[in-house]
Amino acid sequence: MAAPKKGRSASAQSKPGRSLALILIAIVALTGGMFASGHTTPRLGIDLAGGTSITLRAVPEKGQESAINKANMDTAVDIMNRRVNGLGVSEAEVQTQGDRNIIVNIPKGTNSKEARQQVGTTAKLYFRPVLATEISGGSATTSPTPSASGKPTDKASQKATGKSSSSATPSATATSQGRAVTDALKADSTPSATASSSAKASSSPSPSASGSSAASAAAAKLQAQYTALDCTKKSVRATAGQGVKATDPTVACGKNGAGQWQKYVLGPAAVDGTDVKKASAVFNTQSAAGWTVTMEFTSKGAKKFGDITGQLAKNQSPQNQFAIVLDGNVVSDPRVSEALTGGNAEITGSFTQEEAQSLANMLSYGALPLTFKEDSVTTVTAALGGEQLHAGLLAGAIGLALVVIYLLVFYRGLSVIAIPSLMVSAILTYVIMALLGPTIGFALNLPAVCGAIVAIGITADSFIVFFERIRDEIREGRSLRPAVERAWPRARRTILVSDFVSFLAAAVLFIVTVGKVQGFAFTLGLTTVLDVVVVFLFTKPLMTLLARRKFFANGHKWSGLDPKALGAKPPLRSTRRTRPAGPVDPKEA
Amino acid sequence: MSKLGSLGARLHRGEVGYDFVGNRKIWYGVSILITITAILGLTVRGLNMGIEFQGGAVFTTPKNTNVSVTQAETYAQDASGHPAVVQKLGDGTLRIQIAGIDTNKSDQIKDALAKDLNVGTEKIAADLVGPSWGQQIADKAWQGLAIFMVLVVIYLAIAFEWRMALAALVALIHDITITTGIYALVGFEVTPGTVIGLLTILGYSLYDTVVVFDSLKEQTKDITKQTRWTYSDVANRSINGTLMRSINTTAVALLPVAALLFIGGGFLGAGTLNDISLSLFVGLAAGAYSSIFIATPLVADLKEREPQMKALRKRVLAKRAQAAAEGPQARPETADTYGDEPEDAAPAVVGPRNQPASRNRGRGRPSGKRR
Repeated sequence: MAAPKKGRSASAQSKPGRSLALILIAIVALTGGMFASGHTTPRLGIDLAGGTSITLRAVPEKGQESAINKANMDTAVDIMNRRVNGLGVSEAEVQTQGDRNIIVNIPKGTNSKEARQQVGTTAKLYFRPVLATEISGGSATTSPTPSASGKPTDKASQKATGKSSSSATPSATATSQGRAVTDALKADSTPSATASSSAKASSSPSPSASGSSAASAAAAKLQAQYTALDCTKKSVRATAGQGVKATDPTVACGKNGAGQWQKYVLGPAAVDGTDVKKASAVFNTQSAAGWTVTMEFTSKGAKKFGDITGQLAKNQSPQNQFAIVLDGNVVSDPRVSEALTGGNAEITGSFTQEEAQSLANMLSYGALPLTFKEDSVTTVTAALGGEQLHAGLLAGAIGLALVVIYLLVFYRGLSVIAIPSLMVSAILTYVIMALLGPTIGFALNLPAVCGAIVAIGITADSFIVFFERIRDEIREGRSLRPAVERAWPRARRTILVSDFVSFLAAAVLFIVTVGKVQGFAFTLGLTTVLDVVVVFLFTKPLMTLLARRKFFANGHKWSGLDPKALGAKPPLRSTRRTRPAGPVDPKEA
Repeated sequence: MSKLGSLGARLHRGEVGYDFVGNRKIWYGVSILITITAILGLTVRGLNMGIEFQGGAVFTTPKNTNVSVTQAETYAQDASGHPAVVQKLGDGTLRIQIAGIDTNKSDQIKDALAKDLNVGTEKIAADLVGPSWGQQIADKAWQGLAIFMVLVVIYLAIAFEWRMALAALVALIHDITITTGIYALVGFEVTPGTVIGLLTILGYSLYDTVVVFDSLKEQTKDITKQTRWTYSDVANRSINGTLMRSINTTAVALLPVAALLFIGGGFLGAGTLNDISLSLFVGLAAGAYSSIFIATPLVADLKEREPQMKALRKRVLAKRAQAAAEGPQARPETADTYGDEPEDAAPAVVGPRNQPASRNRGRGRPSGKRR
């Protein structure tokens, strides 16, 4: 590109050993790093290792096309990650791809059907009034007191302190369980809610419980659920409150500020996630409240929220709290001190920025005018994956062997340079791929293998450009060493320009495209960069070194540089033309 | 090597060579013909879009499934209610394609198939695609293509000049048209893998073109300071000079792709490997052709329109006419492919040695005088 036309790269010429040492050190260091990291093979993609890969596409609601933006997509990924990994699939990865796709990769051995359901359904976010809550103990059987009449006070106080010390969520817990739950349910005014929750819910023994037997049965069931609920178990958490209608009371789990699992009895949903217009994390400088989350409701939502907060404010703790429930889990349970009717609300507490952001994200998700559609679901059995990997490797080996044979035939002795260069390229590619697995989550899939195989050609081409240049110079009658030094600057420029074009193609593909294309583009880009590195730091210095050898310098028959075989002119002393391509020689004019 | 090596030498010195630029009209014609055929093929036959573009499912059974193709087709149709296409691959694997089914129903169909075929559900690989998935990939690919073209034209315009950028672009479009045309005419199935292969051609086709352009740029640096060669002559020399490299590069690039095609087609029967390598193979061949026969002659064509180059051509032709008038005999009989070879180039171009050349000249002159 901007390479000086005649500049003989002084360093490369005079100190070929240094470059070689540099690249060898790099290889050793990288390989060492690979072994040290314990990831000695590249991470395999779903199509090679087996598993399920789901591609989801965000579909905006009508008139909301601008809803597909990075913030919203990140929110969605956040939520899906919570969901999938909530299944106990720790290895599942969720990531955005392109501007509107989300890829969920679930490794083999997990229940892909369930994962698909989880990912495919839209998130459900509700605001539910808290009826009762307590810390869920280590073992389900002991901690919750079965009776509705309340729980050990010492427990309650523990919780209260734990909370106030560290967290936003101000809930002072459950002291007067049975009655409280009942009262809360009674108090609930939303019509749909009353119907189901006249239940008088929970606490059958509570004196105020006077509902129909059916209702009390439902209440008893809820109470039993609540009692049995052990939030410290992942599987329990995932299923808690599943299938409950928004209009029914339910039980749920959530983590309190102290990091303890807490369980809740929750009333019917008062406000829907879709009623939230916007939520954001704000650093409140005025009241020195630190990070807070502000919510803005739609007009419908504002009314609902005003109503519920109006009621809650009258209650005592914990019934003055509402729980923000996402997919059945309580993500926050703020206390209400007054009716909030303005359509705006702020949740305060000693949030860290991260917590505030995460909560705002979740709140926004319900408001995301996006649904996600399954675009492709690929399930690859481990056997098929292994077969494909095998085929890819075999193809690579055959391709490499063919190229090596070709180089041997046409460049003879020069293959001593070309083949090790290819090997260095291959080693670097492999090691870097292995290292990129744990660092940036690179996974080798079938198209990536293809990219690597295609790259053999690109890499070999750089040598060919260089060798052909050297041969041209020899044909001019130069001896090898000056020929190498003259050929290099020109070859270098050609290699840089053409590799740049190739890299540009890979980069554009990587940024713009989705799905398998990305893996392919990534490998192609990586190998193009490595090609430049190898040619500059390995091939050229090695050529310089070997040019000093008699075998090459004297143009041995098998060196690939035999001037006679190449049809070189005998060295001309006083020729007017240094190059037959007249035009560049002004003397010709 | 010796044969090829000396061919390289002769190409290098211009002893042999093909007048790519002089015969450009023929090759333009050939390319236009191919392109028209390709476009006709595309419009009349259309592309055979794979299941990824219609939505549907592809189920792959484990090796050595003991069910015949027709039997499997019946099973698949019964299970899905849609027509199914079943292929039996080399290793006994069945590839069952069912178009038009909803991704939601796929699990039921898979279960039913597993029961019918008497294999475990978990042993059947499934590839389910919504109707818009392939389209989405294709759309993205077009978008990538457009962005890449703009960027590369800008880059080439800066690194070289706009004429080369334009010529490279034409060559690129030419390659892609031909490749898709071949897909339409032969009826190969177009899958996302094909699209990947097609996109790779971008880089490769230009890669080749850029190498020729680089040599062209170098050789034409001081072109206006002499009067022996027109731009076209030099362009032709550039192509011939890099011909060995082009051949070698194309061979080296095609070898691994051929290996992929062989393995992908022979062992796996179908799938991503096969799709990518097939379109790569076609595209690479087209790319090598276009950078030699289309891109560089096109640059020469554009360049010759420049006033400077027109003036140069005039001067060169005038000088040649003068030289021809002075000594028509001097024109070397042996001369080869360059129709417009000026005779005083003979020593450099024709003779590998100085001596025969000067003898040649010596012989020529007296004869001229005698006359």
